[in-house]
Amino acid sequence: MKLWKSPAARAGASVAVATGLYGVSFGALGIASGLDFWQTQVLSLLLFSGGSQFAFIGVLAGGGSGGAALGSAALLGIRNAVYGMQLNALLQPTGWRRLAAAQVTIDESMATATAQRDPAEQRRAFWVTGIGIFVLWNLFTALGSLLGNAIGDPKAWGLDGAAVAAFLGLLWPRLKSREPVAIAVACAVVTVVVVPFVPPGIPVLIAAVVAAVWGLFGSGRSDEGLEPDVEPPHARAQDAGAPDPARDVGDADGPMHEGGMS
Amino acid sequence: MTTWLYILAAGVVAFLTKLIGYLVPARVLKNKRMTRVAGTLTIGLLASLTVLNTLANGQQLIFDSRIGSLVAALIALLLRAPFLVVVIVGAAAAALLRLAGLP
Repeated sequence: MKLWKSPAARAGASVAVATGLYGVSFGALGIASGLDFWQTQVLSLLLFSGGSQFAFIGVLAGGGSGGAALGSAALLGIRNAVYGMQLNALLQPTGWRRLAAAQVTIDESMATATAQRDPAEQRRAFWVTGIGIFVLWNLFTALGSLLGNAIGDPKAWGLDGAAVAAFLGLLWPRLKSREPVAIAVACAVVTVVVVPFVPPGIPVLIAAVVAAVWGLFGSGRSDEGLEPDVEPPHARAQDAGAPDPARDVGDADGPMHEGGMS
Repeated sequence: MTTWLYILAAGVVAFLTKLIGYLVPARVLKNKRMTRVAGTLTIGLLASLTVLNTLANGQQLIFDSRIGSLVAALIALLLRAPFLVVVIVGAAAAALLRLAGLP
């Protein structure tokens, strides 16, 4: 099948455009947090995982240390290891392709690939989404940084409010049932309570401990919280009820990314 | 300079985290606890970062125009606005409230 005729590649391209565009907000917020153009850009090139990148600059903007920024970015990236395991089973990349696949393993490429049924389509969806987002995300990060540099006082433009909205927007797709809401509320409350007593940057890590303990001892769905920021169009519901190889890989008791377009 | 070190370290850690997924044996996949903690961590960290960016200023809790951003973003999300629109709405809310004289 030609790439541009593949429904999976088209789905990947649309997710890539939607996700890549908001790199502009990361670029502008990177500058507002005190980083320079290249520091912001290198985060998009190397760290390349939206949530982790926003966490890194969010901690810095709140007065946290570089170490605390690194810690929260690293913890937010742990889910990518889980995606990597699942994608490795689906795509089985070897050699340099494995390194490239690892770099573009993020919420969106994972979700778009596993939304497909046919293995060839899974492969197309993964690469088109991953590479598409990587390229666009970096271009729009650069654009956002230049804008951020140009506008002067970030507060007058409400950029600190943009950061609030960005984090809520990243959290939102993950709040689809009662349990994740409860986790979010608990972690939010813990954060507010500890802010006056510990150095900036540490409250996020304390909240992470609460969330991890909840995950270890609570009893919710095992894929809670693993949703993409921009939900991919699902593979057209072929015969419903047919076994889905993609979904049997990671998780025995429930499909990943259940649900249709929201 | 140290900022650069943390940025590069964050990049390396992020890449290695992803790569580990491709290198571990497939049977580790059966470990649902790992998947679940990765998910709850993501929710908890994002919730924490949301309230921190709304209320914290260093070690102080302050109430300013950012609360307006949180409310405006929430409304935009309830109306199913796309991510970028949500961010712009959040910025606009804080900018307008400051224009009106709020802190």
